[in-house]
This record gives sequence, C-alpha cells and structure tokens, in this order.
Amino acid sequence: METNAISRRNFLRVSGLAGTALCLGFYFPANAQKEQLISTTDQAGFDFNAWMRIDTDGKVTLTDHRAEMGQGSFQSVPQIIAEELEVDLKDITVVFAQGNPTKFGSQITGGSSTIRGSYKNLLKLSATAREMLITAAANQWNVPAGECYAESGHVIHKSSGKKLNYGDLVSAASKLSPPTEVKLKETSQYKLIRKPLQRLDTPMKTNGEAIFGLDKKVPGMLYAAVERNPRLRGKLKSFDDTAALKVPGVKKVFKVQMFVFNTTRDGIVVVADSTWAAMQGRKALRVEWDDSGFEHVNTGEIFKAHEQLLKHEEGLSFKKQGDPDGILTKSAKKIDVIYQTPYQAHTAMEPLNCVAHYQKDKIEVWGPIQAPDWVQGDISDKFKIPKENVIVNMTFLGGGFGRKAFLDYTHEAVAISREIGGPVQVVWTREDDVKQGPYRAGISYRGQGALDNGEISALKFKMAGQNIDHWSNTKRGKANDSTTEGFLKPYFDSVKNISFADVPYEMPLPNMWWRSVYASTNGFAYESFINEMAVLAGQDQLEFRRKYLKDERCQRLIDRMEEVSGWKSKKKNEGFGVAITECFETTVGQIVKVSRHADGKVKIDKVWAVMDCGWYVNPDIIKAQVEGSVVMALGAATIHEITFKNGLVEQSNFYDYLMPRMSDVPDVEVHIMENTADAGGVGEPGLPPFAPALTDAIFDLTGKRIRKLPFNLNAV
Amino acid sequence: MITITVNGQRHDINGDPNMPLLWAIRDIIGLTGTKYGCGAAQCGACTVHLNGEAVRSCITKISRADGQHVVTIEGLSANNDHPLQQAWNEVNVPQCGYCQSGQLMSAAVLLRENPNPTDQDIDDAMSGNICRCGTYQRIRAAIHKAADMQREGAKI
Repeated sequence: METNAISRRNFLRVSGLAGTALCLGFYFPANAQKEQLISTTDQAGFDFNAWMRIDTDGKVTLTDHRAEMGQGSFQSVPQIIAEELEVDLKDITVVFAQGNPTKFGSQITGGSSTIRGSYKNLLKLSATAREMLITAAANQWNVPAGECYAESGHVIHKSSGKKLNYGDLVSAASKLSPPTEVKLKETSQYKLIRKPLQRLDTPMKTNGEAIFGLDKKVPGMLYAAVERNPRLRGKLKSFDDTAALKVPGVKKVFKVQMFVFNTTRDGIVVVADSTWAAMQGRKALRVEWDDSGFEHVNTGEIFKAHEQLLKHEEGLSFKKQGDPDGILTKSAKKIDVIYQTPYQAHTAMEPLNCVAHYQKDKIEVWGPIQAPDWVQGDISDKFKIPKENVIVNMTFLGGGFGRKAFLDYTHEAVAISREIGGPVQVVWTREDDVKQGPYRAGISYRGQGALDNGEISALKFKMAGQNIDHWSNTKRGKANDSTTEGFLKPYFDSVKNISFADVPYEMPLPNMWWRSVYASTNGFAYESFINEMAVLAGQDQLEFRRKYLKDERCQRLIDRMEEVSGWKSKKKNEGFGVAITECFETTVGQIVKVSRHADGKVKIDKVWAVMDCGWYVNPDIIKAQVEGSVVMALGAATIHEITFKNGLVEQSNFYDYLMPRMSDVPDVEVHIMENTADAGGVGEPGLPPFAPALTDAIFDLTGKRIRKLPFNLNAV
Repeated sequence: MITITVNGQRHDINGDPNMPLLWAIRDIIGLTGTKYGCGAAQCGACTVHLNGEAVRSCITKISRADGQHVVTIEGLSANNDHPLQQAWNEVNVPQCGYCQSGQLMSAAVLLRENPNPTDQDIDDAMSGNICRCGTYQRIRAAIHKAADMQREGAKI
C-alpha cells in the first residue's frame, strides 16, 4: 500500500530533480569543535540531509533529524524552524532525516536531548535562511534590506507593500553567502514557539496513516521470526527444523547470531512469506540450548547481594565534601535505611522490528530507530561497508523509552537479509520483548543521614546495581558516572558534609537505559531519604526543602508547587507527599495526594507536577510528556517488575507484566515555569519524582514508609 | 477460500483459516493501521469491528470472519472526521500513536452504545486498551468531547 510518508518523500525527490532550491544545513566535521553552516544550490537532486529546503514553487520542507517516538520532535523541531524562517506550519512538509552525523550532528533520541541539543542551531539556521531571502528581495527591488520583513513565506517591502513569495526568491537567495550574524527574536516576539499548537502528526495517528516500523513494506520483502536463546550468553546445542519447514509459507530456517553488547545471542530464524507463517514455523522448531556457564540467578539473590555490598563495602567514591562519616559516627539523631528498585522492561507498544535489505555494496534499513547515526556506524563496522553506503531510515516509533536506541535488532535483521539475499522484516513478539531485555537494572541504595538541632549535618548515599557502562569494559573500576543523577545540585551548597559512592555489582543480565535512566531509581532513593530526614526533624517536607534548595529557580518552583496543590490547606484524611528531582537539566517537583476510599483502598486522587525546563517550545506537548511520565512511573512503582528465576525471566506478556490501565490513572495537572534559561529536557524528567512523592503521601496518610518498589497499592 | 468484507471492500483470502484476522488485514489486505501489540488479546492495539462489535483481531481467526463485515481504523470515517477522530485531534491525544487505532475503535463502539458515557463507563469500556505513553487522561477527555459533539450534531 502506498503510504503518506512514502508518497511525500517521492514527491520531494521529484521536485528536487525539477529545479533549483535553497537548502540549508550544518556540517558537523568529525573532530571539529563547532559545526559549520552550509547552504547549497541543489540542482542535481534532493539533498535529503539539509535541515530545510525551499523550492522554487515556495514549497517548504523541514527535516526532523531525531526520532519521533511520542515525545513530539515531529512537531517541535518544525515549530522552532518555522518561527525564525517566517513560514506557516500548515504550509510545510516534514520528513525524517536519514542517519548522517556529519550533516545533523548527534541524532540519538535519548537524554531528552532533541530540543536542548539543537534549538540554538535551529533558530540560527532558520533566521539565516530568512535573512538571505530578505536580501534577495531587497536586491531585486533595489531597496535597503532593513526596509523589508518576512511573514508567512513572503518578503514584504514595508513602505510600498510590495510582496514576493519565497519560491520566487529561492534562485537568487541560493547564490548569496549566508550572513555570519543574524538577530534572533526575543521570547516576547514569538508567534509559534511557546504556543500549545496541535501536533502535525496527530491527524495521521487517528486514521491509520502513520507508518511505523512494523508497517514498512518493501517490494519482495519476506518476514522473519527468531527463536533466541532465553539466556543471553548460552549457546545453541542443536535444532530440528523438519516440522517448521512443513508450515505453508516457510522458506528457510537457519542459525543467526545477534550482537548484544560485547557478546552474542544465538537464535534460529524462520523466514516466510507472511508474519503469521514465520511465527507458526518458529513454534514448530525444536531447539536445544546449552546454558552451562551462565549464572542461573534468582531475583531475590540479586537484591540480597546488593544489601551485603551496601552493608560491608564503601565502594568507589563519586563525590564527597566535608566529613559525613565522622559526623555520622558522633551523631545521636540519625537514620540508616535501604531502598530498592526493580528491574524493568521497556515494553513499548510497538514490539521491536526492522526491515533490512543487504545488497552487494549497499545496505538499507528501515525501522523504529532511536539512533540512526549509531545504527549507520554499527552496520558499517560489522558488515565492512562504507558508511555512505549504509542508509538508515527512521519510521515513526511506537514508543522507544531507550530500548530502540540499541543496536541488536538492526544488526540481526541485516545478517538475516544477507543470508537470504533479499529484503526481510524481522518481527519480535511481545514475549521476545518482555523476556530478552535489555532491562533497566534493579538498583539498591543505602541512605545514612544525621541531624544536628533539626538541621542536616551529614548525608551519605551508596548505590549498588548493574552499571550500563560496564558492558564496554572501559569504565570498570570507576564509579558510575550517574551516581548523583536526579539529585538536586543546590543541596551541595547547603549540606556541608555529604558523600555519594557506587559499590560495583557485576551480573551478566542484559541491562540498559530506560526512560529517565538513573534518575528513575536514584530519584526514588534520594528524595525518599530527604522526606525521611524531614520527618526525623519534625518538619514539613516542603518547608524542609525550601531551607536547603536556596537556588532561586528552586525557590520559585517550591512556591508554585505549594500554591497549585493547596499544600497548606490539606484536610484531615488526606495524605500529601512531595519530591523534586533534576533530570537532563530540567527540574520537576510533584505533589501527590492520596486518601482512603470507601472500599478501604488507598487511591491516588491527584498529582500536581511543576516543571522548570527553561526555554521551551510547545507547552501542550510538555504537559502530555509529564502526564505520560507519571503513568509510566506509576506502573514501575506499583504494578510491574521483571524477575529472574534460574536465570530466566519469569514474565512474558501483558498478562503477567501488567500495565496501568485507564481506571488506574489519576488526574495529573501540569504547570510549567516561565523563564528563558537554557532549555532542559522534557520527555523524561517528569518520571523520577512520582514514586518518592507517592510513597511520601502514603506515609503521610498511613505512617508506613515504603522503601522497596514495586509495592501493591491495593494492599497499603 | 475465505471471503471477508473490509471497509466495504470484498477480499478473497486463500490461506490458513487459523491465521488471525490481524495478519490477514496487515500482510494480505495491506491495511497497516491495525496494530500488533501482544498477540494475546491483552492490549487492544489490534481492535477492529466485526459486524459492528469490537474484537481483538490478533486472536480472531479469519475463519470466524468468513462472509462477515470488518471495519478497521481506515474505515472509521471517510475523512478522518468521526467525532472521536475530531476530538482526538482537538485534545492532542496521541503521543507515539501506536495504540490509538485500537483505542479509537474501542471508543467508537462505546459511543454508539452509550452516547453519554460517564467516567466509570469509559474506564470500563476502555480497560482492555493499553497505552504505554500514558495518554489515558486525554483519551477520557476526548471521549467526553466526542460525546458532546455527537449530541450537538444530533440536535441540528
């Protein structure tokens, strides 16, 4: 079926061939300190890698260089460009970039970095294009450029009212050198930025038109399903494909190895003419695995090992000021507690999949890919084909949360395509997705703190859990880079004696980043501990924070939290809890309100979230991201966890890895702080404060402090 | 040979009668708006209408749809203008959007059967549809909005 995305893309290529266009982009040389602005007169063909392109017919095409996995890059990147370029969003077409770090810089959609990592460049680039078009018009009219302005895809001469369409200026503008300095708008002058505009991808997501990875079809494509070793490092002993090959539609069965970090996962792939036939063929396989040499680990043992480490080891120091150990030894008023957070699967709604076409001197892949530049580099390395001949196409992603920024599924699809000599779509089942990881690692924390006269005199934190960086070996022996992630920096100014350490814990279970990464687990431990210290001091948790977070932005955030939540007018049978975390340069405070309902169960009545993300683009997308982050955090805190028994994952699908549903979800009210500080992240920072705010609210209502996630909200 | 009418168009399918309707719709008929999410009727991403009823196409064999009428997201309206689609756009419901076809197809049956649903009615009718992005709050708001639009439309 011809799709919207494809037909648009074809149109562009055709229009590119048809004539001149103004294309603007950046060049990111591999070793240079700074990107260079480039403009091209594109006569030969469409340069897919320009950030913006204006054709002679006035058609404006903007490129989204990052993945669209729900977080809104397909809207927010164009919303930035259109602002300074002075075009209307209804008149533009958006295409996804292919992987190309030389043209786009980093393309990894992770670390909530799409806007904060690109917006200054994008503003400058769009203003540059606008100024070139204005200059071209002024030259044509023989008037000073200062007498002209741009609006809605036109340049207008103020006094005479003369007007030219951008398309008519493309030819002349493309011959000009880009100006080195351009004036950017003040925040107050924005017409698009900071406005809650409707997303450009919404219409195609309500009628089935949006093309996700699984929807991608290429001519002659076959389908593949892979029976992989349920233990990461086990090996294939033998397999019998007699029955599988008898399934109608099954074409071929063979062994494939998928790279996972520094190891491989063995699999038997069944290639067929339909997804269903491939799945049926896979079911008919008989495979024997050799799992000797693999840790036959159980979840309980992992967390017990963490506890032992935290009890007996000082670990690797990450940050230390003053003498927290000395103070703790001398203090009478102190606490010493352990927090634990579980292993978590990403379970994006779209299971992993990838279309790959290995050709003799060229490889092309399509899929729900978070890091097209990484995939390009990886495939180029592993299949010994120059980068420029590895074409990586992003589709829409049916969720990502970090899992689709991994290179296993794309590599495996290319390996299968090479073996069959044609294009193939590899489809993972939900069970594959749940059972194989990589997962967010379960991490345990020990918090120790002392009070002197109601003031924090010492804080000491240690973490123990698998470290993502250890898969590459280069960072072994060093403390986890993210030991303090989530913890608010102003505490370091106000608490004199404080230390953070990482106690290394090795376990060969596949682990990787998961939405908000270490802040998602650190935040629970550190902010729960601050709440426990406030209780020990007999002080209000919000007031307690006000004393230690002297930073002006934090003070204003706390004021806002207090104001919107009615913190001070809390009623008798209500529990209020609070947490504030920092994640990817954005601070989010949340207040959760709970109460016991008539059925005897504790319910979450309301969540207030206040986000300070500095400069921002689209407040409605931000609100949606925070609402969604709270739901994801709710699931991780109260509903699901990945557990291991004898080295095997015990969960397999949504019937045993349960998800929050409509009836579980509280009302979430989101507020955004207004300021123009540098932009912070948006897609992830709303997640970390929820769990500690929720458990604090439950403590406030019941007197019971929850230190281990997940917990059963129905049993509180 | 199995004959299924999808969005008003007749399709003859030669194949395994046990094949789930989901894969016939996607791989054979070529309509990809209906999504695979779990293959076990747990998430609702594959929801379509079989003779007007919401069914999970991932566990519905094509033999069960033989001679029947199926409507997929592509057939919910001609111009993306079903009151629910309009409301989904107004409220900016979708994030990644992957589950939304199924959400809309479930909501469409709810709204037909119950033109004025309460929050509880919505929770009950929509509890079979998972959204990992967590758009539930907006889905609920959009269903209420669509119900309002439907009622106002009926008055005219």
